[in-house]
Amino acid sequence: MTAKVTVEEVERVAELAHLELTPEETPRMLDDLNAILDYVAELNELDTSGVMPLAQISDLLDASGKGVVRDDRLQPSLDRATVLAQAPESDGVFFKVPKVIER
Amino acid sequence: MPVIHAVIDKPQQATGRKIHLESQAKPVQNFVEHPKTLAALRDEIVSGATKAVDLAASYYDRIEQLNPRLNVYLSLTRERALAQAAKIDSLAAKGGPLPPLAGIPVGIKDVLVMQGAPATAGSKILQGYCPPYDATAVSRLEAAGAVLLGKLNCDEFAMGSSNENSAYGPVRNPVDTERVPGGSSGGSAAAVAANLAVVTLGSDTGGSIRQPASFCGVVGVLPTYGRVSRYGLIAYASSLDRVGPFAANVRDAATLLSVIAGHDPKDATSSPAPVADYAAESDKSADGLRIGVPAEYFAEGLDPEVRGCIEAGIAALEKAGCVIKPVALPNTRYAVPAYYLIATAEASANLARFDGVRYGPRSKDSDTLSDMYRHSRDEGFGAEVKRRILLGTYALSAGYYDAYYLKAQQVRRILAEEYLRAFAEVDAIVTPTAPTPAFKLGEKTGDPLAMYLADIYTVTASLAGICGVTVPCGTTKAGLPVGMQVLAAHLNEATAFRVARAVERI
Repeated sequence: MTAKVTVEEVERVAELAHLELTPEETPRMLDDLNAILDYVAELNELDTSGVMPLAQISDLLDASGKGVVRDDRLQPSLDRATVLAQAPESDGVFFKVPKVIER
Repeated sequence: MPVIHAVIDKPQQATGRKIHLESQAKPVQNFVEHPKTLAALRDEIVSGATKAVDLAASYYDRIEQLNPRLNVYLSLTRERALAQAAKIDSLAAKGGPLPPLAGIPVGIKDVLVMQGAPATAGSKILQGYCPPYDATAVSRLEAAGAVLLGKLNCDEFAMGSSNENSAYGPVRNPVDTERVPGGSSGGSAAAVAANLAVVTLGSDTGGSIRQPASFCGVVGVLPTYGRVSRYGLIAYASSLDRVGPFAANVRDAATLLSVIAGHDPKDATSSPAPVADYAAESDKSADGLRIGVPAEYFAEGLDPEVRGCIEAGIAALEKAGCVIKPVALPNTRYAVPAYYLIATAEASANLARFDGVRYGPRSKDSDTLSDMYRHSRDEGFGAEVKRRILLGTYALSAGYYDAYYLKAQQVRRILAEEYLRAFAEVDAIVTPTAPTPAFKLGEKTGDPLAMYLADIYTVTASLAGICGVTVPCGTTKAGLPVGMQVLAAHLNEATAFRVARAVERI
């Protein structure tokens, strides 16, 4: 958990996150990530063996109680034309994007 | 309390050069003005002494005068506000029963969507987006008669502790314009402090309501996780995000919470528990309540003046009949690292949706889909958002998931259970809201880690899902506000409000 992040790793993570870092941004991000990861490594001091991870407050006993899942019933959703009007490009039925497959 | 004057400059003086000269001569500019209470305004509207339309217009006038100096509003929803105000006035003229917030001017943090109003989340990546629906908290306010003035500035995607991460420039603190208002809901806090709205809504993921409320000298509420629907809140970290009110006094904040709280079928994490009349609850005396004081929140790093204010507040609570007891929260120091791992991991997933396909601008020069995603995100996101997406993606990536994300979630349970044990012994816990008063603009922008530590007293309650209220508790010698954080167990907002009222009476 104290592993130092390398330039290659930052670039790989950026690719996973669909982010592009300029050559000027990469070293700064590298430094920041390493500083932050050094800091969060403090968590290693705490013995968490056997502790159930807590992902949601509803998983906590004595908390706000379980959320209620609504019935799975068909109901009207937003109007297609209204939603598509917000898109940078659409054909009135679908969102349009640059081509995915080279012919 | 210091005497506070509103400074309203004549528009013709408000040139850049003039401001610069003035700020050299008189560095501290104070724009603080207290709004009237909801009860007083309601009486005026009901009796017809004040027309809701005139009230809204007077707020828009003040916004026009002060917004160029404070940068609080990102956009105004004048048409919708005036239509609602006219509706309230005609109801009042008929002598009909008026809803609880009839005619009250309210501001909305620009991470909550309002149909037809631009929603930016403080980011360039949503420029031009006009959502086709209302957030549940927004529609509940309007159904209760509130007049929605516009959208308030904030850190980009609610990521920040100073408002300096907004793509539209920082909000300035009305108490001292050289200082930050806190963040991320800086606009929501500053709007109430400068009387640019009577009450406002903000969101709190790691302290984003409580810390700016503390910095600006107003009341801010962190409702229990699930108490207020997140439907229509632009997501940052879904297991932590909460919507909550800001007000100039505790009772008004409590009134607002009763309006926006309650079950919403559109949010699966929304609590079905009944909603109390929090304002009435806040009227009850705090006499006999057991108040816990955790030594861990008064350790190294706490500004001595802030400590002095909070200790005086605790002494006053004891005088008011509260029983003060030490409580132990020994793992508090692990909250900030756990918080930043969990929040960034969730953010990396939530912010994947901003890719130039469905809303916001699309990068022009891309031949392939993958290039288009990357260029649109690169052009749209600011540095802190990219930093958090990278950190979150890293913490979730193969080989690191167990060491970072899973570990942080285990620590989250330890911290939450620590609070639950404490609340078996006390009714509320009081701490400073932030380790320092409002800091200067630019003071922490070069050091992300120093900025994260501004949240040191707020993130634990975020992780635990418990509720809290921050209430003004004195000022420093320089006149900067200090806030006391009053925390209570899940769904026990009523107790937090009672204690906060007692602090307010000091």
